[in-house]
Amino acid sequence: MSMGDRENKKDPILKVTDLNVSYGKIAALKGVSFEVYNGEIVSILGANGAGKTTTLNALTGVLRVKSGSVEFKGKDILGMPTHKITEMGMVHVPEGRHIFPALTVGENLRVAAYLYESKDKKRFEERKEYVFRLFPRLKERINQQGGTLSGGEQQMLAIGRALITGGDLLLLDEPSMGIAPKLVLEIFDTIQEIARNGQTIMLVEQNAMMAMDVASYCYVLETGKVAYEGTVEEMKENDNIVQAYLG
Amino acid sequence: MVLGINIVNGYTGIFSLAHAGFMAVGAYAAALCTRYVFTAPYLFPLALLAGGLAAMCVGLLVAVPSFKSKGDYLAIITLGFTLMVQSIFQNAEIVGASRGMTNIAKNTNLYWVFACLVIAVIIVNRFIASKYGRCLKAIREDQVATQLVSVNVRKAKTVAFALSAFLIGVSGALLCHLLGYTSPSSYGYTNVVDGLVMVYIGGTGSITGSITGAAIWQIIVQVLKELGTWRWVVGGVLLCLVMIFLPQGIFGYKEIGDVWKRLKARKGNKGRKEA
Repeated sequence: MSMGDRENKKDPILKVTDLNVSYGKIAALKGVSFEVYNGEIVSILGANGAGKTTTLNALTGVLRVKSGSVEFKGKDILGMPTHKITEMGMVHVPEGRHIFPALTVGENLRVAAYLYESKDKKRFEERKEYVFRLFPRLKERINQQGGTLSGGEQQMLAIGRALITGGDLLLLDEPSMGIAPKLVLEIFDTIQEIARNGQTIMLVEQNAMMAMDVASYCYVLETGKVAYEGTVEEMKENDNIVQAYLG
Repeated sequence: MVLGINIVNGYTGIFSLAHAGFMAVGAYAAALCTRYVFTAPYLFPLALLAGGLAAMCVGLLVAVPSFKSKGDYLAIITLGFTLMVQSIFQNAEIVGASRGMTNIAKNTNLYWVFACLVIAVIIVNRFIASKYGRCLKAIREDQVATQLVSVNVRKAKTVAFALSAFLIGVSGALLCHLLGYTSPSSYGYTNVVDGLVMVYIGGTGSITGSITGAAIWQIIVQVLKELGTWRWVVGGVLLCLVMIFLPQGIFGYKEIGDVWKRLKARKGNKGRKEA
Protein backbone atom coordinates (compact mmCIF):
# COMPACT_ATOMS: atom_id res chain seq x y z
CA MET A 1 0.00 0.00 0.00
CA SER A 2 1.40 3.39 -0.89
CA MET A 3 1.03 6.67 0.85
CA GLY A 4 -1.50 7.70 -1.78
CA ASP A 5 -3.80 4.85 -0.90
CA ARG A 6 -3.68 5.90 2.65
CA GLU A 7 -4.65 9.47 1.99
CA ASN A 8 -7.67 8.41 0.01
CA LYS A 9 -8.97 6.32 2.86
CA LYS A 10 -11.50 7.88 5.11
CA ASP A 11 -12.28 7.43 8.77
CA PRO A 12 -9.40 5.66 10.45
CA ILE A 13 -10.39 2.92 12.89
CA LEU A 14 -7.99 4.50 15.37
CA LYS A 15 -7.02 8.15 15.45
CA VAL A 16 -4.63 9.34 18.11
CA THR A 17 -3.96 13.06 18.42
CA ASP A 18 -1.34 14.81 20.51
CA LEU A 19 -1.07 12.10 23.15
CA ASN A 20 0.85 13.05 26.30
CA VAL A 21 1.71 10.60 29.07
CA SER A 22 4.04 11.10 32.03
CA TYR A 23 5.48 8.90 34.71
CA GLY A 24 5.54 11.33 37.59
CA LYS A 25 7.49 14.30 36.33
CA ILE A 26 9.10 12.48 33.45
CA ALA A 27 7.27 12.93 30.17
CA ALA A 28 7.15 9.61 28.33
CA LEU A 29 5.02 10.66 25.39
CA LYS A 30 5.21 14.21 24.10
CA GLY A 31 2.42 14.80 21.65
CA VAL A 32 2.25 11.54 19.71
CA SER A 33 -0.22 11.42 16.82
CA PHE A 34 -0.95 8.58 14.43
CA GLU A 35 -3.70 6.78 12.59
CA VAL A 36 -4.60 3.21 11.83
CA TYR A 37 -6.95 2.26 8.98
CA ASN A 38 -9.00 -0.87 8.55
CA GLY A 39 -7.11 -3.83 7.19
CA GLU A 40 -3.63 -2.41 7.75
CA ILE A 41 -0.66 -3.67 9.69
CA VAL A 42 0.76 -0.50 11.18
CA SER A 43 4.05 -0.79 12.94
CA ILE A 44 5.48 1.44 15.64
CA LEU A 45 9.26 1.21 15.73
CA GLY A 46 11.88 2.75 17.93
CA ALA A 47 14.65 2.06 20.38
CA ASN A 48 14.34 1.10 24.03
CA GLY A 49 12.58 3.81 26.01
CA ALA A 50 11.19 5.58 22.97
CA GLY A 51 7.65 5.20 24.30
CA LYS A 52 6.32 2.33 22.22
CA THR A 53 4.90 0.26 25.05
CA THR A 54 3.72 3.39 26.84
CA THR A 55 1.70 4.26 23.74
CA LEU A 56 -0.11 0.94 23.71
CA ASN A 57 -0.72 0.98 27.45
CA ALA A 58 -2.17 4.46 27.15
CA LEU A 59 -4.50 3.36 24.36
CA THR A 60 -6.09 0.55 26.35
CA GLY A 61 -6.34 2.54 29.54
CA VAL A 62 -3.72 0.58 31.47
CA LEU A 63 -1.89 3.88 31.91
CA ARG A 64 -3.46 7.22 32.62
CA VAL A 65 -3.19 9.79 29.86
CA LYS A 66 -2.30 13.37 30.67
CA SER A 67 -3.75 15.01 27.57
CA GLY A 68 -4.60 14.33 23.96
CA SER A 69 -7.37 12.39 22.32
CA VAL A 70 -7.88 8.79 21.30
CA GLU A 71 -10.71 8.04 18.91
CA PHE A 72 -11.54 4.41 18.28
CA LYS A 73 -14.24 3.68 15.69
CA GLY A 74 -15.19 7.33 15.85
CA LYS A 75 -15.70 7.31 19.62
CA ASP A 76 -13.55 9.04 22.20
CA ILE A 77 -12.28 6.28 24.46
CA LEU A 78 -9.99 8.27 26.71
CA GLY A 79 -10.67 7.56 30.37
CA MET A 80 -12.76 4.49 29.67
CA PRO A 81 -11.92 1.46 31.84
CA THR A 82 -9.73 -1.15 30.17
CA HIS A 83 -12.32 -3.89 29.99
CA LYS A 84 -14.75 -1.55 28.20
CA ILE A 85 -12.15 -0.61 25.61
CA THR A 86 -11.44 -4.28 25.02
CA GLU A 87 -15.16 -4.91 24.74
CA MET A 88 -15.32 -2.26 22.00
CA GLY A 89 -12.85 -4.30 20.00
CA MET A 90 -9.36 -3.09 20.79
CA VAL A 91 -7.51 -6.15 22.05
CA HIS A 92 -4.05 -5.76 23.49
CA VAL A 93 -1.37 -8.47 23.72
CA PRO A 94 0.91 -6.90 26.31
CA GLU A 95 4.68 -6.88 26.34
CA GLY A 96 6.05 -9.90 28.14
CA ARG A 97 2.98 -11.93 27.16
CA HIS A 98 1.23 -11.95 30.56
CA ILE A 99 -0.37 -15.35 30.22
CA PHE A 100 -1.91 -16.99 33.30
CA PRO A 101 0.91 -19.36 34.32
CA ALA A 102 -0.97 -21.63 36.73
CA LEU A 103 -3.94 -22.08 34.41
CA THR A 104 -3.84 -24.62 31.60
CA VAL A 105 -3.65 -23.55 27.98
CA GLY A 106 -7.32 -24.40 27.60
CA GLU A 107 -8.30 -22.34 30.65
CA ASN A 108 -6.21 -19.42 29.45
CA LEU A 109 -8.19 -19.41 26.24
CA ARG A 110 -11.49 -19.87 27.98
CA VAL A 111 -11.04 -16.90 30.29
CA ALA A 112 -10.75 -14.81 27.15
CA ALA A 113 -14.26 -15.81 26.12
CA TYR A 114 -15.64 -14.20 29.28
CA LEU A 115 -17.80 -11.73 27.37
CA TYR A 116 -19.82 -14.10 25.27
CA GLU A 117 -19.17 -17.55 26.69
CA SER A 118 -22.53 -18.07 28.36
CA LYS A 119 -24.49 -16.61 25.44
CA ASP A 120 -22.66 -18.09 22.52
CA LYS A 121 -20.87 -21.39 23.05
CA LYS A 122 -20.54 -21.99 19.32
CA ARG A 123 -18.60 -18.79 18.81
CA PHE A 124 -16.03 -19.87 21.37
CA GLU A 125 -15.63 -23.28 19.71
CA GLU A 126 -15.21 -21.68 16.28
CA ARG A 127 -12.63 -19.21 17.45
CA LYS A 128 -10.79 -21.89 19.36
CA GLU A 129 -10.61 -23.98 16.20
CA TYR A 130 -9.27 -20.92 14.35
CA VAL A 131 -6.58 -20.38 16.99
CA PHE A 132 -5.60 -24.05 16.89
CA ARG A 133 -5.33 -23.87 13.08
CA LEU A 134 -2.97 -20.92 13.43
CA PHE A 135 -1.00 -22.40 16.32
CA PRO A 136 -1.24 -26.19 16.25
CA ARG A 137 1.24 -26.36 19.14
CA LEU A 138 -1.37 -24.91 21.47
CA LYS A 139 -3.72 -27.75 20.69
CA GLU A 140 -1.02 -30.28 21.55
CA ARG A 141 -0.47 -28.58 24.89
CA ILE A 142 -4.07 -27.80 25.79
CA ASN A 143 -3.89 -29.43 29.23
CA GLN A 144 -0.45 -28.14 30.08
CA GLN A 145 -0.02 -25.25 32.51
CA GLY A 146 0.71 -21.97 30.77
CA GLY A 147 3.86 -21.40 32.81
CA THR A 148 5.45 -24.59 31.51
CA LEU A 149 5.37 -23.44 27.89
CA SER A 150 8.45 -22.04 26.18
CA GLY A 151 8.64 -18.29 25.58
CA GLY A 152 7.55 -18.65 21.97
CA GLU A 153 4.65 -20.90 22.87
CA GLN A 154 3.57 -18.45 25.55
CA GLN A 155 3.55 -15.72 22.94
CA MET A 156 1.38 -17.91 20.73
CA LEU A 157 -0.93 -18.44 23.67
CA ALA A 158 -1.11 -14.70 24.36
CA ILE A 159 -1.99 -13.96 20.73
CA GLY A 160 -4.44 -16.84 20.66
CA ARG A 161 -6.08 -15.57 23.81
CA ALA A 162 -6.52 -12.14 22.25
CA LEU A 163 -8.05 -13.69 19.13
CA ILE A 164 -10.56 -15.55 21.29
CA THR A 165 -11.58 -12.29 22.95
CA GLY A 166 -11.88 -11.05 19.38
CA GLY A 167 -11.77 -7.49 18.19
CA ASP A 168 -11.38 -5.23 15.21
CA LEU A 169 -7.94 -3.99 16.17
CA LEU A 170 -5.21 -6.23 17.57
CA LEU A 171 -2.36 -4.51 19.41
CA LEU A 172 0.81 -6.60 19.57
CA ASP A 173 3.59 -5.45 21.87
CA GLU A 174 7.04 -6.87 21.03
CA PRO A 175 5.94 -10.34 19.99
CA SER A 176 9.56 -11.22 19.19
CA MET A 177 10.97 -10.36 22.60
CA GLY A 178 12.98 -13.12 24.26
CA ILE A 179 11.97 -15.79 21.79
CA ALA A 180 14.05 -18.29 19.84
CA PRO A 181 14.68 -16.93 16.30
CA LYS A 182 13.04 -19.89 14.65
CA LEU A 183 9.85 -19.36 16.61
CA VAL A 184 9.94 -15.64 15.86
CA LEU A 185 9.75 -16.43 12.15
CA GLU A 186 6.87 -18.78 12.78
CA ILE A 187 5.01 -16.19 14.83
CA PHE A 188 5.52 -13.46 12.25
CA ASP A 189 4.25 -15.76 9.50
CA THR A 190 1.15 -16.31 11.57
CA ILE A 191 0.72 -12.59 12.19
CA GLN A 192 0.68 -12.11 8.44
CA GLU A 193 -1.84 -14.87 8.07
CA ILE A 194 -4.07 -13.28 10.70
CA ALA A 195 -3.82 -10.00 8.79
CA ARG A 196 -4.73 -11.72 5.51
CA ASN A 197 -7.88 -12.94 7.24
CA GLY A 198 -8.88 -9.31 7.56
CA GLN A 199 -7.60 -8.45 11.04
CA THR A 200 -6.28 -4.92 11.50
CA ILE A 201 -3.05 -5.01 13.49
CA MET A 202 -0.89 -2.50 15.26
CA LEU A 203 2.54 -3.97 15.83
CA VAL A 204 5.07 -2.50 18.23
CA GLU A 205 8.58 -3.82 17.64
CA GLN A 206 12.17 -3.16 18.45
CA ASN A 207 13.14 -5.65 15.80
CA ALA A 208 12.58 -3.20 12.94
CA MET A 209 13.59 -5.52 10.13
CA MET A 210 11.10 -8.16 11.18
CA ALA A 211 8.38 -5.59 11.60
CA MET A 212 8.98 -3.96 8.21
CA ASP A 213 8.65 -7.35 6.55
CA VAL A 214 5.05 -7.59 7.61
CA ALA A 215 3.88 -3.99 8.05
CA SER A 216 2.48 -1.66 5.41
CA TYR A 217 2.94 1.62 7.23
CA CYS A 218 5.39 2.61 9.94
CA TYR A 219 5.83 5.23 12.60
CA VAL A 220 9.24 5.69 14.21
CA LEU A 221 9.18 6.91 17.78
CA GLU A 222 12.10 8.68 19.36
CA THR A 223 12.10 9.89 22.97
CA GLY A 224 8.35 10.23 23.11
CA LYS A 225 7.77 11.82 19.72
CA VAL A 226 7.00 10.58 16.24
CA ALA A 227 10.30 11.16 14.46
CA TYR A 228 9.27 9.74 11.12
CA GLU A 229 6.31 8.15 9.40
CA GLY A 230 5.89 6.54 6.04
CA THR A 231 5.27 3.39 4.08
CA VAL A 232 7.72 0.56 4.38
CA GLU A 233 9.02 1.23 0.85
CA GLU A 234 9.71 4.85 1.70
CA MET A 235 11.48 3.86 4.87
CA LYS A 236 13.70 1.37 3.15
CA GLU A 237 14.66 3.91 0.48
CA ASN A 238 15.63 6.51 3.00
CA ASP A 239 19.17 5.67 4.07
CA ASN A 240 19.20 8.26 6.83
CA ILE A 241 16.31 6.63 8.55
CA VAL A 242 17.66 3.16 8.19
CA GLN A 243 20.94 4.28 9.68
CA ALA A 244 19.59 6.48 12.42
CA TYR A 245 16.82 4.34 13.78
CA LEU A 246 16.95 0.89 12.43
CA GLY A 247 20.64 0.19 11.85
CA MET B 1 -15.61 -20.43 56.98
CA VAL B 2 -12.30 -21.53 55.60
CA LEU B 3 -13.99 -22.09 52.25
CA GLY B 4 -15.06 -18.48 52.31
CA ILE B 5 -11.58 -17.26 53.09
CA ASN B 6 -10.17 -19.37 50.32
CA ILE B 7 -12.38 -17.71 47.69
CA VAL B 8 -10.70 -14.38 48.27
CA ASN B 9 -7.24 -15.34 49.51
CA GLY B 10 -6.73 -18.55 47.61
CA TYR B 11 -8.56 -18.20 44.33
CA THR B 12 -8.41 -14.47 43.79
CA GLY B 13 -5.03 -14.01 45.43
CA ILE B 14 -6.07 -11.02 47.50
CA PHE B 15 -4.48 -11.07 50.93
CA SER B 16 -7.45 -10.12 53.06
CA LEU B 17 -7.66 -10.21 56.85
CA ALA B 18 -11.30 -9.22 57.05
CA HIS B 19 -12.72 -12.66 57.77
CA ALA B 20 -12.92 -12.35 61.55
CA GLY B 21 -14.93 -9.19 61.05
CA PHE B 22 -17.32 -10.90 58.65
CA MET B 23 -17.71 -13.76 61.05
CA ALA B 24 -18.53 -11.41 63.90
CA VAL B 25 -21.10 -9.55 61.82
CA GLY B 26 -22.71 -12.82 60.78
CA ALA B 27 -22.76 -14.18 64.30
CA TYR B 28 -24.22 -11.09 65.92
CA ALA B 29 -26.75 -10.46 63.17
CA ALA B 30 -28.03 -14.01 63.41
CA ALA B 31 -28.03 -13.95 67.22
CA LEU B 32 -30.09 -10.77 67.24
CA CYS B 33 -32.46 -12.30 64.72
CA THR B 34 -33.10 -15.46 66.74
CA ARG B 35 -33.66 -13.34 69.82
CA TYR B 36 -35.98 -10.70 68.43
CA VAL B 37 -37.26 -11.63 64.97
CA PHE B 38 -37.17 -15.31 64.12
CA THR B 39 -37.69 -16.58 67.64
CA ALA B 40 -39.22 -19.90 66.64
CA PRO B 41 -36.59 -22.62 66.21
CA TYR B 42 -37.92 -23.64 62.78
CA LEU B 43 -37.19 -20.15 61.53
CA PHE B 44 -33.52 -20.65 62.32
CA PRO B 45 -32.48 -21.05 58.67
CA LEU B 46 -33.81 -17.54 58.07
CA ALA B 47 -31.61 -16.24 60.85
CA LEU B 48 -28.64 -18.01 59.29
CA LEU B 49 -29.48 -16.38 55.99
CA ALA B 50 -29.76 -13.02 57.69
CA GLY B 51 -26.34 -13.49 59.26
CA GLY B 52 -24.90 -14.35 55.88
CA LEU B 53 -26.58 -11.42 54.15
CA ALA B 54 -25.47 -8.96 56.82
CA ALA B 55 -21.88 -10.13 56.41
CA MET B 56 -22.28 -9.92 52.65
CA CYS B 57 -23.39 -6.28 52.79
CA VAL B 58 -20.34 -5.47 54.87
CA GLY B 59 -18.27 -7.52 52.45
CA LEU B 60 -19.39 -5.30 49.58
CA LEU B 61 -18.06 -2.30 51.49
CA VAL B 62 -14.73 -3.97 52.13
CA ALA B 63 -14.44 -4.90 48.45
CA VAL B 64 -14.14 -1.21 47.53
CA PRO B 65 -10.59 -0.62 48.82
CA SER B 66 -9.49 -3.81 47.08
CA PHE B 67 -9.89 -2.00 43.74
CA LYS B 68 -7.11 0.42 44.44
CA SER B 69 -4.72 -1.18 46.85
CA LYS B 70 -3.23 -4.62 46.95
CA GLY B 71 -0.77 -6.78 48.85
CA ASP B 72 0.38 -5.57 52.24
CA TYR B 73 -1.67 -2.40 52.07
CA LEU B 74 -4.92 -4.20 51.56
CA ALA B 75 -3.99 -6.61 54.35
CA ILE B 76 -3.65 -3.68 56.72
CA ILE B 77 -6.92 -2.11 55.58
CA THR B 78 -8.81 -5.35 56.08
CA LEU B 79 -7.14 -5.98 59.44
CA GLY B 80 -8.26 -2.51 60.43
CA PHE B 81 -11.76 -3.48 59.42
CA THR B 82 -11.70 -6.57 61.64
CA LEU B 83 -10.50 -4.61 64.66
CA MET B 84 -13.09 -1.91 64.00
CA VAL B 85 -15.89 -4.47 64.00
CA GLN B 86 -14.51 -6.01 67.17
CA SER B 87 -14.43 -2.75 69.05
CA ILE B 88 -17.89 -1.77 67.83
CA PHE B 89 -19.30 -4.96 69.32
CA GLN B 90 -17.20 -4.44 72.43
CA ASN B 91 -18.86 -1.12 73.08
CA ALA B 92 -22.41 -1.65 71.89
CA GLU B 93 -24.60 -2.22 74.94
CA ILE B 94 -27.39 -3.80 72.92
CA VAL B 95 -25.21 -6.83 72.22
CA GLY B 96 -23.81 -7.02 75.72
CA ALA B 97 -20.66 -5.03 75.01
CA SER B 98 -17.50 -6.87 76.03
CA ARG B 99 -19.48 -9.51 77.94
CA GLY B 100 -20.93 -10.67 74.66
CA MET B 101 -24.29 -12.32 74.14
CA THR B 102 -25.20 -15.35 76.18
CA ASN B 103 -28.23 -17.60 76.20
CA ILE B 104 -28.44 -17.67 72.46
CA ALA B 105 -30.88 -20.36 71.43
CA LYS B 106 -28.91 -23.51 70.70
CA ASN B 107 -30.72 -24.06 67.44
CA THR B 108 -28.17 -26.20 65.78
CA ASN B 109 -26.04 -29.25 66.28
CA LEU B 110 -23.08 -30.79 64.56
CA TYR B 111 -25.26 -32.60 62.00
CA TRP B 112 -26.73 -29.34 60.78
CA VAL B 113 -23.31 -27.78 60.68
CA PHE B 114 -22.16 -30.68 58.56
CA ALA B 115 -25.14 -30.29 56.24
CA CYS B 116 -24.33 -26.61 55.84
CA LEU B 117 -20.75 -27.50 55.04
CA VAL B 118 -21.90 -29.83 52.30
CA ILE B 119 -24.07 -27.07 50.84
CA ALA B 120 -21.18 -24.62 51.04
CA VAL B 121 -18.88 -27.06 49.25
CA ILE B 122 -21.43 -27.44 46.48
CA ILE B 123 -21.86 -23.68 46.13
CA VAL B 124 -18.14 -22.97 46.07
CA ASN B 125 -17.48 -25.84 43.70
CA ARG B 126 -20.02 -24.54 41.20
CA PHE B 127 -18.83 -20.98 41.61
CA ILE B 128 -15.20 -21.86 40.96
CA ALA B 129 -16.12 -23.90 37.89
CA SER B 130 -18.21 -21.01 36.53
CA LYS B 131 -16.82 -18.28 34.35
CA TYR B 132 -16.53 -16.05 37.43
CA GLY B 133 -14.36 -18.60 39.16
CA ARG B 134 -12.11 -18.78 36.15
CA CYS B 135 -11.84 -15.00 36.11
CA LEU B 136 -10.88 -14.92 39.77
CA LYS B 137 -8.06 -17.35 39.13
CA ALA B 138 -6.99 -15.21 36.18
CA ILE B 139 -6.97 -12.12 38.39
CA ARG B 140 -4.74 -13.96 40.83
CA GLU B 141 -2.34 -14.76 38.04
CA ASP B 142 -2.28 -11.42 36.30
CA GLN B 143 -4.71 -8.63 36.91
CA VAL B 144 -3.76 -6.46 33.95
CA ALA B 145 -3.99 -9.34 31.51
CA THR B 146 -7.40 -10.20 32.91
CA GLN B 147 -8.64 -6.71 32.12
CA LEU B 148 -7.18 -7.02 28.65
CA VAL B 149 -9.46 -9.95 27.87
CA SER B 150 -12.34 -7.63 28.78
CA VAL B 151 -13.10 -8.99 32.22
CA ASN B 152 -14.59 -6.42 34.57
CA VAL B 153 -12.11 -6.92 37.39
CA ARG B 154 -13.98 -4.73 39.85
CA LYS B 155 -17.17 -6.65 39.40
CA ALA B 156 -15.42 -9.99 39.75
CA LYS B 157 -13.68 -8.92 42.95
CA THR B 158 -16.92 -7.58 44.39
CA VAL B 159 -18.67 -10.85 43.69
CA ALA B 160 -15.79 -12.75 45.29
CA PHE B 161 -15.87 -10.62 48.42
CA ALA B 162 -19.65 -10.85 48.68
CA LEU B 163 -19.79 -14.64 48.38
CA SER B 164 -16.82 -15.04 50.69
CA ALA B 165 -18.35 -12.76 53.32
CA PHE B 166 -21.69 -14.53 53.01
CA LEU B 167 -20.18 -17.94 53.71
CA ILE B 168 -18.07 -16.64 56.56
CA GLY B 169 -21.12 -14.85 58.00
CA VAL B 170 -23.17 -18.02 57.92
CA SER B 171 -20.34 -19.87 59.63
CA GLY B 172 -20.27 -17.25 62.36
CA ALA B 173 -24.03 -17.58 62.78
CA LEU B 174 -23.76 -21.36 63.01
CA LEU B 175 -20.97 -21.22 65.53
CA CYS B 176 -22.72 -18.91 67.96
CA HIS B 177 -25.90 -20.98 67.83
CA LEU B 178 -23.89 -24.11 68.39
CA LEU B 179 -22.08 -22.75 71.44
CA GLY B 180 -24.97 -20.68 72.73
CA TYR B 181 -22.91 -17.56 73.26
CA THR B 182 -20.73 -15.10 71.41
CA SER B 183 -18.36 -12.44 72.59
CA PRO B 184 -16.21 -9.85 70.85
CA SER B 185 -12.97 -11.39 72.06
CA SER B 186 -13.54 -14.38 69.75
CA TYR B 187 -13.16 -12.16 66.72
CA GLY B 188 -9.74 -10.59 67.14
CA TYR B 189 -6.23 -11.39 65.98
CA THR B 190 -6.34 -15.05 67.01
CA ASN B 191 -9.34 -15.65 64.85
CA VAL B 192 -7.73 -13.87 61.91
CA VAL B 193 -4.61 -15.96 62.28
CA ASP B 194 -6.50 -19.21 62.84
CA GLY B 195 -8.39 -18.69 59.62
CA LEU B 196 -5.30 -17.99 57.59
CA VAL B 197 -3.42 -20.92 59.10
CA MET B 198 -6.21 -23.27 58.11
CA VAL B 199 -6.20 -21.99 54.53
CA TYR B 200 -2.45 -22.11 54.14
CA ILE B 201 -1.93 -25.50 55.79
CA GLY B 202 -4.70 -27.05 53.76
CA GLY B 203 -3.68 -25.37 50.56
CA THR B 204 -4.69 -22.19 48.82
CA GLY B 205 -7.11 -22.34 45.93
CA SER B 206 -8.54 -25.73 46.85
CA ILE B 207 -11.79 -26.84 48.41
CA THR B 208 -10.34 -30.12 49.64
CA GLY B 209 -7.46 -28.13 51.08
CA SER B 210 -9.78 -25.81 53.01
CA ILE B 211 -11.54 -28.67 54.72
CA THR B 212 -8.36 -30.62 55.38
CA GLY B 213 -6.67 -27.53 56.74
CA ALA B 214 -9.53 -26.76 59.11
CA ALA B 215 -9.65 -30.33 60.35
CA ILE B 216 -5.90 -30.65 60.82
CA TRP B 217 -5.59 -27.35 62.63
CA GLN B 218 -8.46 -28.16 64.98
CA ILE B 219 -6.94 -31.54 65.74
CA ILE B 220 -3.54 -29.99 66.37
CA VAL B 221 -5.04 -27.37 68.66
CA GLN B 222 -6.96 -30.01 70.62
CA VAL B 223 -4.06 -32.43 70.87
CA LEU B 224 -1.74 -29.72 72.05
CA LYS B 225 -4.19 -28.44 74.63
CA GLU B 226 -2.19 -30.11 77.35
CA LEU B 227 0.67 -27.80 76.63
CA GLY B 228 -1.29 -24.70 77.61
CA THR B 229 0.05 -21.54 76.06
CA TRP B 230 2.93 -23.49 74.58
CA ARG B 231 0.60 -25.00 72.00
CA TRP B 232 0.69 -21.77 70.02
CA VAL B 233 4.44 -22.08 69.84
CA VAL B 234 4.30 -25.67 68.68
CA GLY B 235 1.52 -24.79 66.29
CA GLY B 236 3.57 -21.93 64.92
CA VAL B 237 6.55 -24.18 64.34
CA LEU B 238 4.34 -26.65 62.49
CA LEU B 239 3.05 -23.82 60.33
CA CYS B 240 6.62 -22.75 59.53
CA LEU B 241 7.51 -26.30 58.56
CA VAL B 242 4.52 -26.59 56.26
CA MET B 243 5.39 -23.28 54.61
CA ILE B 244 9.00 -24.30 54.06
CA PHE B 245 8.36 -27.77 52.71
CA LEU B 246 4.91 -27.37 51.17
CA PRO B 247 4.67 -23.69 50.29
CA GLN B 248 1.33 -24.16 48.58
CA GLY B 249 -0.12 -26.17 51.43
CA ILE B 250 -1.18 -29.79 51.35
CA PHE B 251 -3.62 -29.41 48.46
CA GLY B 252 -2.38 -26.19 46.85
CA TYR B 253 -4.51 -25.50 43.73
CA LYS B 254 -5.45 -29.15 43.60
CA GLU B 255 -8.52 -31.12 44.58
CA ILE B 256 -8.70 -34.61 45.95
CA GLY B 257 -9.99 -35.70 42.55
CA ASP B 258 -6.80 -34.49 40.84
CA VAL B 259 -4.60 -36.40 43.25
CA TRP B 260 -6.65 -39.52 42.65
CA LYS B 261 -6.30 -39.12 38.88
CA ARG B 262 -2.57 -38.70 39.15
CA LEU B 263 -2.16 -41.78 41.34
CA LYS B 264 -4.14 -43.73 38.78
CA ALA B 265 -2.02 -42.39 35.94
CA ARG B 266 1.12 -43.35 37.81
CA LYS B 267 -0.19 -46.84 38.36
CA GLY B 268 -1.07 -47.06 34.69
CA ASN B 269 2.43 -46.03 33.69
CA LYS B 270 3.97 -48.59 36.00
CA GLY B 271 1.78 -51.28 34.54
CA ARG B 272 2.86 -50.34 31.05
CA LYS B 273 6.52 -50.40 31.96
CA GLU B 274 6.22 -53.82 33.52
CA ALA B 275 4.47 -55.12 30.46
